[in-house]
Amino acid sequence: EMASVQSLTGVVTRFWDEYSVKTPQRLQLIDCYLAYIVLTGVIQFLYCCLVGTFPFNSFLSGFISCIGSFVLAVCLRVQSNPANKDQFKGITSQRAFGDFIFAHCVLHLVAMNFLG
Amino acid sequence: EEESSATNGGGDSSQKAAQWSLGSLVDGSKSLLIFVVLSLAWFLGFSSRLFSVLRFESIIHEFDPWFNYRATAQLTEHGFYHFLNWFDDTAWYPLGRIVGGTVYPGLMVTSGLIHHVLNSLNITIHIRDVCVFLAPIFSGLTAIATYLLTTEVWNRGAGLLAACFMAIVPGYISRSVAGSYDNEGIAIFALMCTYWLWVKSVKTGSVFWAVACSLSYFYMVSAWGGYVFIINLIPLHVFFLLIMGRFSNRVYVVYTTFFILGLILSMQIPFVGFQPLRTSEHMAAIGVFLLLQAIAFLTFIRSYLPLAIFKRLFLLLAVGAAAVVFLGVVLLTYLGYVAPWSGRFYSLYDTNYAKIHIPIISSVAEHQPTTWLAFFRDLHVLVIAFPAGVWLCFRKLSDECVFVLIYAVTASYFSGVMVRLILTLTPIVCVMAAIAMSSVLEKQLGSKVLELDSIYTPTSTSDAYNILSEDKIGKASSGKAGRRSKGKGKEAETESTQKEEKEVAAPSEKRQVKRAHFAFRYGVVALVCVFLGMFAVHCTWTTSYMYSGPSVILESSNSDGSRRILDDFREGYYWLRQNTHPQARIMSWWDYGYQIAGFANRTTLVDNNTWNNSHIAMVGKAMSSNESAAYDIMRSLDVDYVLVIFGGQIGYSGDDINKFLWMVRIAEGEHPKEIREPDYFADGQFRVDSGGSKTLLNCLMYKLCY
Repeated sequence: EMASVQSLTGVVTRFWDEYSVKTPQRLQLIDCYLAYIVLTGVIQFLYCCLVGTFPFNSFLSGFISCIGSFVLAVCLRVQSNPANKDQFKGITSQRAFGDFIFAHCVLHLVAMNFLG
Repeated sequence: EEESSATNGGGDSSQKAAQWSLGSLVDGSKSLLIFVVLSLAWFLGFSSRLFSVLRFESIIHEFDPWFNYRATAQLTEHGFYHFLNWFDDTAWYPLGRIVGGTVYPGLMVTSGLIHHVLNSLNITIHIRDVCVFLAPIFSGLTAIATYLLTTEVWNRGAGLLAACFMAIVPGYISRSVAGSYDNEGIAIFALMCTYWLWVKSVKTGSVFWAVACSLSYFYMVSAWGGYVFIINLIPLHVFFLLIMGRFSNRVYVVYTTFFILGLILSMQIPFVGFQPLRTSEHMAAIGVFLLLQAIAFLTFIRSYLPLAIFKRLFLLLAVGAAAVVFLGVVLLTYLGYVAPWSGRFYSLYDTNYAKIHIPIISSVAEHQPTTWLAFFRDLHVLVIAFPAGVWLCFRKLSDECVFVLIYAVTASYFSGVMVRLILTLTPIVCVMAAIAMSSVLEKQLGSKVLELDSIYTPTSTSDAYNILSEDKIGKASSGKAGRRSKGKGKEAETESTQKEEKEVAAPSEKRQVKRAHFAFRYGVVALVCVFLGMFAVHCTWTTSYMYSGPSVILESSNSDGSRRILDDFREGYYWLRQNTHPQARIMSWWDYGYQIAGFANRTTLVDNNTWNNSHIAMVGKAMSSNESAAYDIMRSLDVDYVLVIFGGQIGYSGDDINKFLWMVRIAEGEHPKEIREPDYFADGQFRVDSGGSKTLLNCLMYKLCY
């Protein structure tokens, strides 16, 4: 039992060390943004559980905009990662960021409409 | 300028300039050719749908389009917000119908927008003309969308063929003639557009194309209930790619973006509402989304922890994640949080379900099983070339080929269940048949000029003779061009240049080989052209004879052969319009509800929306009971007039006596004690003469007709 807990913490520490060394700073910035989005989503979900789902469209609008922002940020991270350059031919990191902005415009316009 | 530099010989730089300008001349003529062919396809598609307008007049056909026309008229008269909040109290008396929340607004908004734009440019076109001609115009756009999809999957030659097929194929014309103002007219365009954008996204992996795909999906959701097909086919495609081991970051980026934006966009349509989160038809999309997140997360962790044990565990964890997602969905359905498959879609799987439980669905003529005759009539020679195209796609098997293969298989299955679903099969049959025929033509014609997609690569011995060498084309294009790996492509190039040098070394040998195959090659090409010619003739004939009747106007011929127009429908409806009180209530079978509302502008009891089965059963009971019982029912419903269609005088087979048994069955479903179907048969036969059963001879429908 102790051994498995120790190995688990060992794995996590090893992961953290590798992560902070290997990952470029740009991607770590996106990861912080991702953690923030997850936090926002969790708060919204807990609030919905406490208060109830009455204006369901409002809850959905907020929650889906959280999930959407998370997904789009992950896409930006994947496309900006220099290790993935050969998978995304013709998509520079500037183009990835431009697409990110465009997708966010559409997402937030629709979320605004859905808030009710 | 270009010609003079092309005829200059000698010198490497001028040769390069010659190659470049010859290449750009070829490129320019390529785009001109594509433009001309697509415009011709659009014009042809538009004009072949105009038979009924030329023979009769510019009128809305059939039943459903009359409701769509009425709704569009409301939109143009009173504005968008009034239309969105419209409560129609003249339909389904005394219940009324919440039109804003029970209609797919895409069709009305499209026509309303076109009408508004044209009128603001002072082209004063009536809304009826916009509605009548909307479907033919969109058929041209559908042909262009099919061209784009086939170009992404195969090459531009196949794309042009597919566009031409799509423009005139009867399977699509049947629902998009001029006057057939129905959802499918714009929905098939939205379908092909969404699929093209999806294939483009999967190929490029760009978020921009995924967003465009989700916007096109939004248009599709606003246009037709068949959007369920898209939201199940695309996750199925992603799932198959995962099973084939082709998970890549491109698929992840594109599907997650499309899913999340498509989800929130689809919920903007009031009719769809919260269904994407609550019904089984949409669970596949959510399931695949969660599965993709799990697999992407596992891949991410794996890249940081190169543990040998973890690599083995990866597959187990991925399968475990899939199982968890699936069981979660099943659990939610069992607990009631997720609605089970609705009757309309479940009957596609269990074909006996509708006949037993929901007789209304099985009584519609379009929902009957498909016969072989229907396939041949709607698709002709394309259905023969379809398996060949499928096999060619199997050979290539890139990501986009997997998609069209899944589309082909599912569409083939569903089109066998219901006649009306031949419409969803038609586009993929056009694509596959175009791929097959284009490959045959490429192989046999073998001319470089017709190889529309390959880049003109200059070689050391380039001259006009080598442009026409067929062996280089046969080897380098059809088989190898589709292969993803770069290594094989380079192999093919070196192989072909070696071959070319050998060819130049023995030109007399080459010429002999060419002459020997001449008859065979051009024989095959001539045969294909004969097939295509027969196809075009068949399409025009089918369109003219079978799909161009407005069904509100009937045509027959006199004994001397001259045309005789039977305008009874319109005469009857206009009698109602001119001779009855504006608040009069008309009882008829649900087939005619929309037409009564459109032509006569009167309140009806039941109409083609068929959303309330017990109300229809009440009307059916009134029609099947004897006169005194029927009178009581009609008084309780405040009915003023009864409308029946009788065709016995001229042999018109679509009248109410023909549909009478369905009225009995539907009434029996709700009132089994009062109405029993066997009562209407005499000795097991349905007879309408004096030998018929007493119950039949005394019922209201019989008394009104005979």
